[in-house]
Amino acid sequence: MSARDCGARLVCAPTRSADLLVRGAHALDPRTGIDGEHDVLVRDGQIAEIGAPGSLAAPAGCEVIDGSGRHLFPAFVDPHVHLRTPGQEHKEDLETGTRSAAAGGYCAIVAMPNTAPVVDCAPIIGALLDAGAREARIPVGFSACITRGMDGAELTEMAELRALGAACFTDDGRPVVNAGVMRRALQYQRLCGGVLALHEEDPSLSGEGAMHEGAVSALLGVAGIPSISESTMVARDCALALYEGGRIHIQHLSARESVEAIAAAKASGVAVTCEASPHHLTMLDEDVRELDTRRKMNPPLREAGDREALIDGLRSGVIDCIATDHAPHARDEKEVPFERAPMGTTGLESAFSAVYTDLVLPGTLSLGLVVEKLTAGMGCIDLLVPQIAVGEPANLVLVDLAAEWVVGEAGYESRSENCCFAGRTLKSRVLLTVAAGAVAYRQRSILLSAA
Amino acid sequence: MRHLLSIADLTRDDIERILDRAAAFEEVSDRDIKKVPALRGRTVLNLFYEASTRTRSSFELAAKRLSADVVNFAASGSSVEKGESLKDTVLTLTAHSPDAIVIRTPNAGAAALVAGWTTAAIINAGDGKREHPTQALLDVHTLRRKLGSLEGRNIWIVGDVAHSRVARSNVLAFRMMGAHVTVCGPPTLIPRGIEALGCEVRYDLDDLREADVVYALRMQHERMDQHFVPSLREYAAQYQINGRRLGPRQVLMHPGPVNRGVELSGEVVDSPQAVITMQVKSGVVVRMAVLYEVLAGGAPSLRQRPARPTARQLA
Repeated sequence: MSARDCGARLVCAPTRSADLLVRGAHALDPRTGIDGEHDVLVRDGQIAEIGAPGSLAAPAGCEVIDGSGRHLFPAFVDPHVHLRTPGQEHKEDLETGTRSAAAGGYCAIVAMPNTAPVVDCAPIIGALLDAGAREARIPVGFSACITRGMDGAELTEMAELRALGAACFTDDGRPVVNAGVMRRALQYQRLCGGVLALHEEDPSLSGEGAMHEGAVSALLGVAGIPSISESTMVARDCALALYEGGRIHIQHLSARESVEAIAAAKASGVAVTCEASPHHLTMLDEDVRELDTRRKMNPPLREAGDREALIDGLRSGVIDCIATDHAPHARDEKEVPFERAPMGTTGLESAFSAVYTDLVLPGTLSLGLVVEKLTAGMGCIDLLVPQIAVGEPANLVLVDLAAEWVVGEAGYESRSENCCFAGRTLKSRVLLTVAAGAVAYRQRSILLSAA
Repeated sequence: MRHLLSIADLTRDDIERILDRAAAFEEVSDRDIKKVPALRGRTVLNLFYEASTRTRSSFELAAKRLSADVVNFAASGSSVEKGESLKDTVLTLTAHSPDAIVIRTPNAGAAALVAGWTTAAIINAGDGKREHPTQALLDVHTLRRKLGSLEGRNIWIVGDVAHSRVARSNVLAFRMMGAHVTVCGPPTLIPRGIEALGCEVRYDLDDLREADVVYALRMQHERMDQHFVPSLREYAAQYQINGRRLGPRQVLMHPGPVNRGVELSGEVVDSPQAVITMQVKSGVVVRMAVLYEVLAGGAPSLRQRPARPTARQLA
């Protein structure tokens, strides 16, 4: 990228660097190859030592956490969440959103710019970075719009936005419909850097659709969003990116045809990465039969063949990461008829448990692969890839895989409660999250126990 | 039966019980004083978010013939126009303790949603493009009177299936009563996956002769603006039920109001095969039976689904 590309900024409220010793947890990091019971010592926010279980002594003032029977992973990252700030703080704000992320085991996230106003100019992203540095519980990056007002017509001042620290560029929530504008953004990327993260949808095909187009939408009499609405735009933007030599990241893949389009694009050398969400990996349009508005999202939940293609895509590497598209909405906004409800589900707090329960426990995906995909998302936009290795900043999540919980039963850390998994009993629970060297979340059972 | 939200919630026994009671109510409509005291002192609230003269007045007549008190609440000229949410409107109206709310909304699933917010029995009078269960019941009633049993009969539903709640409810109800159902219309107006309802799909009327019953749907003019078909003229040329296409022993139905010269030619509307006014007449007695069923109690349906848990209950 260009020399003027100063790169993205992640900001976080001031924290106290942790000193802690996790004893005897099963440490698993597919990148470093660690996979077994270890003691992991964190000193001043850095991973200081990794040793055989029982081998490390806790220095004075260091908290000791019993990890036996528990798993320690690199903490998760999410390049795609909605923090609704500025303008929609009744849904979420920087504090509640990052708290929700920490409770889900995340150590860093990137907020989408489709706020009110949208993040399309220097003062807004500057104010957000300042606010994040006061309020965020874990490091947060802010993406900026590709087009002014997110109207899909004129480019934003991308170079200035990037210089200030925009994590990436996206009009998420809307596609860049005009191919000429998309092409110009890809050309301009040579100057400003920053990956273009794309919400792929052809509005002329989606129409008034509120759910996946198929047998269930036909039965319910709800207008459908066909799979080709997504896949045709994926194919178009891959072709444009190849022609201009641009870097793109395709957000929330939902359809089999899109996975096929990405596979073909990667094979022909397009610099493209992509993500799938926990809900698309675990739920189907069948789950929308009762018209529960918490299960209304864009792209919509699709059919069994689509879900299988997404899972295969994770296995084959066509899909690079799992991202939640955490999209909070207030209760009264969702307590309306399905067709009128806003799109989106929260997902940060349930992401790992949902994927673990529905994909790892039945043996569909290995635990290692899931951890890899949950920690890869920010790497897709050239940001943090957390690892368990000596000398790395401590970005860790301690998980009890045997614990069970009912989603929503004890409320949420997020300000909103529109979680598509609400009411489901899920296996595995995040106990402790360490983000950028500081304890960001602690489940009640993890007591302070200084040695 | 607590509510009538969808044909899918009913069993064949439920339908037969309701329609047997409707047959018993027919005698009331022929009396000089068209009233029985079955629902005296009960309040029925008509809550219509979409324009409707026929369905609303049919429900009103039905309730009045059972001696219930009726309040009509139309969305226009009400607090709804001032921006009140559906939930707030329902909570407000529930404060008046209605025994039943007859609701029509432009949104799928709205009647079921409302059922979770009120103690009143909910009768779905049309939820978006999803269902219109009392229309299906009155159509089955009409056919039972005209043909006896529907078992093994071929029924063709012709027209704009995609935007028709009548089509969805009727496919379900006709199939439940043993009929074989074919839907037919322009490919742009047949939703992908509609076969899942258990019907066959055709795109032309070449085999219309195999039908015992031809059910034409209303072709709405606004669909023209959305360019689902090139022109009404072309639609009529391809799909109009006319004297040339309708056989002498076929029964012709239509949910009304008819666009003469579009989906039906004038001659077939006026022909003896048409049972369109009989459908309207059935509407009142069937709705009397439905109101009686939810307010004065019939056998509880085992297939009745529990109300969807609210976010509050789950939280």
